[in-house]
Amino acid sequence: MSAAAPAPVPLPQDPAEVARAWGPSARDRARRAFEWMALSRALDARMQALQRQGRIGFYGAAMGHEAINVAAGLLSSREDWIFPGLREQLVALVRGHALGTYVQHLFATARDPARGRQMPCHPTAAEVHYVSMSSVIGTQISQAVGAARAMRARRVPAVALAFFGDGATSSNDFHAGLNFAGVDRLPVVFLCANNQWAISMPVERQSAAPTLASKAGAYGFDGKRIDGTDLFRVWQAIGGALDLARSGGGPTLLELRVFRMTAHSSSDDPTRYQPTDWNERARAHDPVRRYSEWLDRHGWLPLAAQAEVEATADRTVRAAIEEAEATPPPAPATLLEDVFAAPLSDPYAGGTP
Amino acid sequence: MTEMTLVQAVNRGLHEAMKGDPDVLVLGEDVGVDGGVFRATEGLIKEFGPDRVIDTPLSECGIVGTAIGMALYGLKPVAEIQFLDFIYPAFDQIVSELAKFRFRSGGQYPCHVVVRAPYGGGIKGGLYHSQSTEAYFCHTAGLKVAIPSTPADAKGLLLSAIHDEDPVIFLEPKRIYRAVSGEVPDGDHRVPFGSARTVVPGDDVSIFAYGAMVPVATEAAEALRGEGISAEVVDLRTLVPLDEATVLASVEKTGRAVVVHEAARFCGFGAELSAILAEKAFYSLKAPIARVTGFDTPFPYALENVYLPNAARVAHAARATVRSG
Repeated sequence: MSAAAPAPVPLPQDPAEVARAWGPSARDRARRAFEWMALSRALDARMQALQRQGRIGFYGAAMGHEAINVAAGLLSSREDWIFPGLREQLVALVRGHALGTYVQHLFATARDPARGRQMPCHPTAAEVHYVSMSSVIGTQISQAVGAARAMRARRVPAVALAFFGDGATSSNDFHAGLNFAGVDRLPVVFLCANNQWAISMPVERQSAAPTLASKAGAYGFDGKRIDGTDLFRVWQAIGGALDLARSGGGPTLLELRVFRMTAHSSSDDPTRYQPTDWNERARAHDPVRRYSEWLDRHGWLPLAAQAEVEATADRTVRAAIEEAEATPPPAPATLLEDVFAAPLSDPYAGGTP
Repeated sequence: MTEMTLVQAVNRGLHEAMKGDPDVLVLGEDVGVDGGVFRATEGLIKEFGPDRVIDTPLSECGIVGTAIGMALYGLKPVAEIQFLDFIYPAFDQIVSELAKFRFRSGGQYPCHVVVRAPYGGGIKGGLYHSQSTEAYFCHTAGLKVAIPSTPADAKGLLLSAIHDEDPVIFLEPKRIYRAVSGEVPDGDHRVPFGSARTVVPGDDVSIFAYGAMVPVATEAAEALRGEGISAEVVDLRTLVPLDEATVLASVEKTGRAVVVHEAARFCGFGAELSAILAEKAFYSLKAPIARVTGFDTPFPYALENVYLPNAARVAHAARATVRSG
C-alpha cells in the first residue's frame, strides 16, 4: 500500500429510515451483518497468507463482495437453495454451515464433508442447501433454474438463488438459464456480482450491453443494477427479488456492481492488466469500510466495538485453522468412493490406491 | 407380453415409470405436444400433463442443466436429446457436472438424470443425424451407458436406468426403432445393468456387439454357421457397467474375439474391450482380436452403407480369426 487508504464513499442512508425498514430488531441485525463481514475479512486475510506459505493449495477471496453475501445469507429462507460461484462461501456460513467444517474443506482434510475432492473455496453444504459447484463458469445458472422448477412441482414456496460473476453473462448457461426461467416464470433470483473483472478482462470487453442488468429484458423479466457495495441497497434489492419470486412473480436479474479488491485468485497477478488507480477506487468502495463508517458515524456500532468483533473473528478463524491443520488428509481408499452409488467392479477402478 | 417395436417399448417404459412414480418427468425439444420427432414420447403429455412432459426451448445445455437442478432437488428427470449428434452443447453439463456431482460433493449431492438420445447411422441422416459417440461418455467416470438392441431390452434397460441411483446415458438405436418387433413383458419389466445377453451360443469365435450392430452380428453368425463356423454373439447391453465376466467366459470358451461397433475405430469402445481381453484372456486367445467398426472419418451421407459394418464384414473378420489360429 503506497499511500493512505482513501476515505470510503459514505453510505447515504438515514438511520431512522433504516430502523423503519428493518423493524425493531434493526440494530441487532446491523451488528450481525457486521459480524459476518468481519468473519469474511478474517478468513480472507488468513487464508491468503496461508496460501502464500503453501499451507493451502488455492484461494479465491471474497473481498468486495461481502455486502451481497451477507444480505443473501440473512435474507434467504431455510428452504431456499444456493447455487454459488467462486466467492459466495460466506452465504453458506451465514445460513448455518459451521466455520470449522468449511476450514476443514479449505485444508482438504478427512473431515471435509466433500472428502477433499475439490480445490479450496468449492465447498458443499447440503445441510443449508448450498450446492456443490464446479469451476466451470455459468453451469450453475441453468441448474438453479431446474431446482426452481422442482420447487414449483413440489409446491414448496422456495427460491433458487443463482450466483455468478460478470464473465458468466457470456456463457451458454446464462442464456439458457435466463431463457428457461423467463419462459416458465420460475422462482429464481439471478445474482450477478459484477466485480468488473473476469480475471484480466474488464467488463466493458465482456459485453457491449449498456448494463448487464439490461439483458433481463431479452428474457422477459426485470433486471436491476444496484450498487453492490451498499449493504442497505443490496438488502432491499435482494429482499424484493426474493419476495417477488416466492409469491409467483417470476425471476429477477440483479446486477450488483462491486469492486474486486484482490487478485482473481491466488494464481493471478492483476498488476499485469489493472489500471494503477484501481486499488484506490476499490478501497473507496470497500463495502465493509463503507458499512463500518456508517455504523460508527450513527453510533450503531462504534469503532471500538467493531474492533472487538474483528478480534473475535480473527480468533475464531485461527482456532479453526489450528484444528484443520491437525486433521489428517482423506484415506487413499476414499478415492474410489462416491463415483457411483456403489463401486463398479474392475475394470473401472484402475487399480488399488 | 405385448408385441411392439423398439421405439414403442421406449414409450411404454417411460409410461410405466411415470405411472409408478410422480417424481419421474420427461423434458426435451418437441417431446410434449408433438410426441417427439421419433414419437418416443407420444401420448405422454395427454396422460401426465405439461408439468411432467415438458417442451423446452431449443437448448441442450439448458435441457440437461435444468434436469440436473431438478434431480438435485429430488425429482427423476428423463431428458431427451433429439439426436446424439446434438448433445455437445450439453456435454459440459454432462461431463463436468452430472458425472461429477456425487464425487465432488462427497456423496451429499447424488444427481440422477437419465439422458436419452437416438444414436447411429442407417437412416440417411448424414453427418449430424448418424453419429455413434458412446465412447466419449464411457470415458467419463460417473456415467453409466446403456444401449438396447431389442424392444424388450429397450423397456427393461430404460426402467432400470430410471430407477438407478446414478446418471445414465441411454442410447437408442434409431435405425432399428421400427425395424424389429418383439415381445415385451408388461408392467415394471427391468433388465439389470451389467448383464450381457448371449444372443447366439457358439464355440469357435465370440462376436461382441451392442445396439444396432447386434442384428448385424447375428446375421453374420447365421452365415458362418452355413460354413461350419460356430459363432457366439454377445449383446453387451450396457457398456458401463460392463459385464466383464460374460465377455471373458465367452472368449475363454471360443479363443477368438471380434468386436463390432459402428463408431469410429480409433479409441472406440472396441479398443477398451480389446485391451481388457488382451489383459485378462491373453492365454485363451488363439488368434489376434479383430475389430469391425466405422471408419475414422466423419459420418458420410452418400456412402453410409460403406461406412457402416454389415454382416459380410463381420463374417469376414470372424472367418479370418478362425483361419489364423
